[in-house]
Amino acid sequence: MLSNRTRSQIIPAIIFLLPGFALFTVFFIGPLFYSLRISFFKWNFAHPDLSVWVGFKNYATQLRNPVFQRAVLNTTVYTIITVSVKMVLGFLVAVLLNQKIRGRTGFRVAYYLPVITSWVIVSLLFTYMFSGQAGLVNYVLKNILHILDHDIMWLADGVLALVPVILVDIWKGVGWTAVIFLAGLQSIPMELNEAAAVDGASRLNQLRYITIPMLRGTLVFLLVVLLLGGLNAFVPFQLITHGGNPLDQTHSILTLMVRATFSRLDFGTGAAISYMLTLFVFALSLLQLKLLRKPTGE
Amino acid sequence: MKRSRWSFNLISYIILLLGLGLVAIPIWYMVSTAFKPQTMIFEMPPKLWPMPSTLNNFIKALTTDRFGLYFWNSTKVALTSTVLTVLISSLLAFAFAKLKFPGKEPLFYILLLGMMVPPVMLIIPQFIVAHWLSLYNNLWGLILVYITMNISMQTFLLRGVFEDIPRELEEAAFIDGGSPLTIFWRIVLPLSGPGLAVVVINSFLYSWEEYTWANVNIGDSMRRTLPIGIALFQSEHLTEWGQVFAASLVALVPVVIIFIVFQRYFVQGISTTGIKG
Repeated sequence: MLSNRTRSQIIPAIIFLLPGFALFTVFFIGPLFYSLRISFFKWNFAHPDLSVWVGFKNYATQLRNPVFQRAVLNTTVYTIITVSVKMVLGFLVAVLLNQKIRGRTGFRVAYYLPVITSWVIVSLLFTYMFSGQAGLVNYVLKNILHILDHDIMWLADGVLALVPVILVDIWKGVGWTAVIFLAGLQSIPMELNEAAAVDGASRLNQLRYITIPMLRGTLVFLLVVLLLGGLNAFVPFQLITHGGNPLDQTHSILTLMVRATFSRLDFGTGAAISYMLTLFVFALSLLQLKLLRKPTGE
Repeated sequence: MKRSRWSFNLISYIILLLGLGLVAIPIWYMVSTAFKPQTMIFEMPPKLWPMPSTLNNFIKALTTDRFGLYFWNSTKVALTSTVLTVLISSLLAFAFAKLKFPGKEPLFYILLLGMMVPPVMLIIPQFIVAHWLSLYNNLWGLILVYITMNISMQTFLLRGVFEDIPRELEEAAFIDGGSPLTIFWRIVLPLSGPGLAVVVINSFLYSWEEYTWANVNIGDSMRRTLPIGIALFQSEHLTEWGQVFAASLVALVPVVIIFIVFQRYFVQGISTTGIKG
């Protein structure tokens, strides 16, 4: 009976899977391998058959290229700062919103507004706020807080230009992190905290010994997603620093990849850069999935 | 005890309000700039509300630079991608959750690769594939890639939702002679409202605001989507921030509507989709 049913479900399974896997093969799996191939060639876009095999040269050249090294450094700094700040602030907001306080829904909606605002719009907004001659940020620092005595040209400096890029990501991302934490918090049975409170545990101890261990799955999930997002930052770098300004000092790995590919039409180099990032990200996510699997064993 | 609870709440409020201020300032700055006359764009100190305020930025932004056309292109792309993403990923999720077939788990893991390899990395080969299939400069080129980049995550979410639906329901339908398609359409989909709502939100937001692929795949100015239109407008009219943000605010309207309509499902949806681990 059972094996009969199993056999009869192969055909429906194919029908259900076909549309998704057709797309997935053409626009994902195919490109994934094709990209690997391109990365070993001095690729000729107009006449692919005239492309020249160069082995690992595209990779080696980039690893020695100071602009690439700088992009790796920028991306790393950006990822470490944004991920840790978003985790801490998102957790704080979630814990506060998980109490029975008035206006909870209002706060939640408000904190979520930056999340639903598109990357293009928030990037332009921060460009405007950090503009040199008369941006809001310079005004606040100079005329209200009196920290500065002159305007800073944020976007004209290879290091300072990263400040708006990092801040925009934190500003936009905290709400999302908080919502995910909140979902995790709400899945913890109330009785645990109540029992601990009866036994005289302080709120901080409840947080430390009950909440945080119970949130392990959520923590790992957030870490995976935020790290991937950080390493793949593109739009804020592209729009705020116009892809590397000044002097190619402010690239992220992906803005450099796009520059190599579509401005210089060097597809081989672009593919090599994206493959290096892919492999790194892939290794990182396997590691994290392993972490996710073990403790909860769902 | 009571007293400490009260003071804890007070501190919570203060922190939350402080955070609210930090969230609100840039949004307020964008809105008030959109209503500022061009001559006041760089005027300091900034006022809570520009006096005099004007609707000129909205009128100019909406009537020039083919804003209406970009809005229409984005609408077509986002609606089509959303409908197809919901359909295709729920078909996939149904097969993985409810059907028995050989190679199920390996296939599922292959699909999950899509969550680990982020969209921008595939842009080069996707660009080449789009050229081969004559999808360059074509809105279908955007739609098909958006669906592809979304189905892994959405199938993963929906599989969890579908697996939570009690087997007895399908078995009863199966005994009554229902085909898998009937079970999918009549039982599984109607019982998965919140999960499907999350998929709608995710795929609509993604395709409404996607910038990178659209920027690469669309060269023809008549086929641009809103994010491209707004970014280009800013780089062509460097200091006309009022118009940039007027256009941005209009572009945000559908997003806010979607958010308000589905807000109720949001946290609920996330917690039912198994992310809690």
